[in-house]
Amino acid sequence: MKRRILGLGLSIFLVALIAMPVVLKRFSARQVVIGAVPNRDTVTARYGFCFQEVAKAAGIDFTHQAPTLDARLAHIMPQIAAMGAAVSIVDVDRDGWLDIYVANSGEGSHNRLYRNLGDGTFQDVAVAIGVSDMNQPGTGVSTGAVWGDYDNDGYEDLLVYKWGRPELFHNQQGRGFVRVTEHAGLPSWINANTAIWLDYDRDGRLDLFIGGYYAEHVNLWQLTTTKIMPESFEYAHNGGRKYMLRNRGDGTFEDVTEKLGIQSRRWVLAATAADLRGSGYPDLFIANDYGVSELYFNEGGERFREVGKQTGVGFAPKSGMNAAVGDVLNQGQFAIYVTNISEAGILLQGNNLWVPKAGTAGESLTYDNLARVMGVELGGWSFGAQFGDLNNDGYLDLYLTNGYISADRDRSYWYDFSKVAGGNTTIIADAQNWPPMQGRSLAGYQQKRVWINDGAGQFFDVAPAVGVTDTYDGRAVALADLWNRGVLDVVVVNQKGPLLLYKNTVTPDNQWIAFALEGSVSNRSAIGAQVRLFWNGQEQVQEVSGGSGFAAQNQRRLHFGLGKHPQIEKAVIRWPSGQVQTLPAPQIGQVHQVKEPG
Amino acid sequence: MNPEHRVATPTVSSTGARSLSGWVRWFFSLENRYLAPMFITCILAAAQVSFGVLESYTRTVLAIVTALVTELVVGRLYWGQWPHLASAYVSGISVGILVRSPAMWPYALGSTLSITSKYVLRVKGRHLWNPSNFGICVMLLVASDTVASLSIQWGNYLPPMLIVWLLGSLIIWQAQRFHICATYVLAFLLLAYVRSWITGHPFLAEVAPITGPMYQLFIFFMITDPKTTVQTTWGQCVVAFLVALAEMVLRLNESVYAPLYALFLVEPAANLIEIWWQARQSAPRLAPIGAPPLHGAGQQ
Repeated sequence: MKRRILGLGLSIFLVALIAMPVVLKRFSARQVVIGAVPNRDTVTARYGFCFQEVAKAAGIDFTHQAPTLDARLAHIMPQIAAMGAAVSIVDVDRDGWLDIYVANSGEGSHNRLYRNLGDGTFQDVAVAIGVSDMNQPGTGVSTGAVWGDYDNDGYEDLLVYKWGRPELFHNQQGRGFVRVTEHAGLPSWINANTAIWLDYDRDGRLDLFIGGYYAEHVNLWQLTTTKIMPESFEYAHNGGRKYMLRNRGDGTFEDVTEKLGIQSRRWVLAATAADLRGSGYPDLFIANDYGVSELYFNEGGERFREVGKQTGVGFAPKSGMNAAVGDVLNQGQFAIYVTNISEAGILLQGNNLWVPKAGTAGESLTYDNLARVMGVELGGWSFGAQFGDLNNDGYLDLYLTNGYISADRDRSYWYDFSKVAGGNTTIIADAQNWPPMQGRSLAGYQQKRVWINDGAGQFFDVAPAVGVTDTYDGRAVALADLWNRGVLDVVVVNQKGPLLLYKNTVTPDNQWIAFALEGSVSNRSAIGAQVRLFWNGQEQVQEVSGGSGFAAQNQRRLHFGLGKHPQIEKAVIRWPSGQVQTLPAPQIGQVHQVKEPG
Repeated sequence: MNPEHRVATPTVSSTGARSLSGWVRWFFSLENRYLAPMFITCILAAAQVSFGVLESYTRTVLAIVTALVTELVVGRLYWGQWPHLASAYVSGISVGILVRSPAMWPYALGSTLSITSKYVLRVKGRHLWNPSNFGICVMLLVASDTVASLSIQWGNYLPPMLIVWLLGSLIIWQAQRFHICATYVLAFLLLAYVRSWITGHPFLAEVAPITGPMYQLFIFFMITDPKTTVQTTWGQCVVAFLVALAEMVLRLNESVYAPLYALFLVEPAANLIEIWWQARQSAPRLAPIGAPPLHGAGQQ
């Protein structure tokens, strides 16, 4: 009898255990329904901001084209030719209005430079200004672009990185561009998915980091072998090499990669540089596909030391596709956001939000992954993401785009993908062994994420509510105040899809301040300069970046939301040269143009 | 004990001490209940040291501890004595390796489900499912938005794969269950060819899954589980083949976790059939009405 009662109790217990996830799911689904908001005014009142997609109205009519690679890759072409849409923000002619540069990837296609006319519209001037024709057959195709004033003449120059020959263009005072690739001594071919400008040795001249994806000897249009795929889905070391190119100051660059101690051949998809330790030198964070992320501490501009495992960020291999930094807790330290893949029931890598562990700093700096705790972990097949205060409430929010291949809605490639991805090196590394995609989708038609930061350690996704409802295959995201209104607008480029321009409307109750920095002793783009803002008992640090996210570059201007009734104590600027400049109680609601003293 | 549960008994010398060969035989036998835990721990440790397969130790530890605690509590309640924890450890570590989730709770829930199922889903004193197979499959079915199974690879390189296969085969051979693994592997390869023929996909693409680590755990720890396999050698081979066959059907329907689901479906069915068959064989034949009772029957 006792055994029977026990058996009955255990049976009930087992049924309750099985039911538990279902109950949890229903509960969380109800929360989403409650969170839905009906109209823009209510949305703005509730969340402090709202987006409206205005690309066409603003004169931007761009649709990305993908390349057509070697015929032996035809059966999996959508998977191979799945990247290339890229965006970067620049004020190309120093007129005070931010312009948009967009990379295209079809053979013979044209990149675009949308010049901001200042009246709410943009005009493509890429052909006229000489930065359009980057994708001629035989030279590869564009996969991104970053802007930096490498010769300190006051105008931003352009590096276009490609699956192919990288190109450097010198800005002729905003009136045109001159191709200087050969003179600069850039490598002849890199299958790159990322590049950033940084002044790693603080000599006042911008250097270049370029990360290879496929090995540099692979010409994807003329394959000599089909064994070009990663040797492992998680531990691949057969990707492209990395390049750290030091600016000699005479318009040429020297390859110092090996000398600086950077040698890995992981498959780089994203990189960003920031002074994570307060050393004054920019450290380098690299998000790798098919493997662990790498973090390189900059040792006085003399050497880079890989500290991924030491700091905790280089332990679990995932599919890193994004690298962005932001002071998400207003604690004066940068967190790092890395995107990965999450597909319910199949692959749940989860994105990483690496937040400095309390009490660690400098050499002892270590990170905890707080993505789940803070609510920014699951973003589908995530690509580009950027931090920015979208509602000017004083806390950095996070915009994430996603979606890999949107084709046939009813047929998925996931099964075949997972089947081969788990296989032995000899199988996975050969493209011939991959089953044909045959028009199937792979993590397509995904809902984007707009995570707003509540300032108490939690992010909440409000994407559909604030007007972000597209389901294109998003790649790069860039944030910029395109209409000089004191708000961050969002530019999203999609693989084989249209450019989306989300114009932001922010509640006027929330205040803001911005800083446009110009170096004199330091590099003129002020890349690496930090502004530490103190207001209402809070502190937030931002750094001018030479590229972040995935295949993207935000505006160089640093934008701080301040919330309601801000009392700014001071802004402390630390220039890359090491100079520290304090601005006592700077005026809110304006862009402060600050030139480095000296 | 049926022939498949026959174990090598350590030989005892005239002085009462086991000989070295006796120890070796005992060590690699089913009588050594620490063999499976040791083997799976070695695999995990090697994989973690060489490739860092665990996203965090805490999740695996949570799964193991939960399994042990559940076993202790439920076993004590059910049997009235403290249970041996070896099988619970294997279940916990299997859940810790095979469950992939950003959340912590699936590891605890998976382990609890696994152990509890041993005590609830029983027929004639036998539990029907391999515990970790049950726990993981249920989690994949009811919590697919939070749970996936092992995707992370152990390098995808040949040497570690060969080492695990060779070591596993050696141990399984000594435990006299190699025929199960061999039947399954051969059936998988044969049916991979059939799938390749049906789908038109490269043969190597169809073979690829079995070269991954999930299969190493699946083959060495799930389909050979002494407590949930049928008892005759030929029956075990038939069941192994049926698992591979069910897996093929599931794979043709693009089920990502086909092997786990195949075992989930075939194993209890096979066990039930065997239990029914054994009951039928051992049941006393009913005497025709009016016939004299068989001498001694029904009198124990």
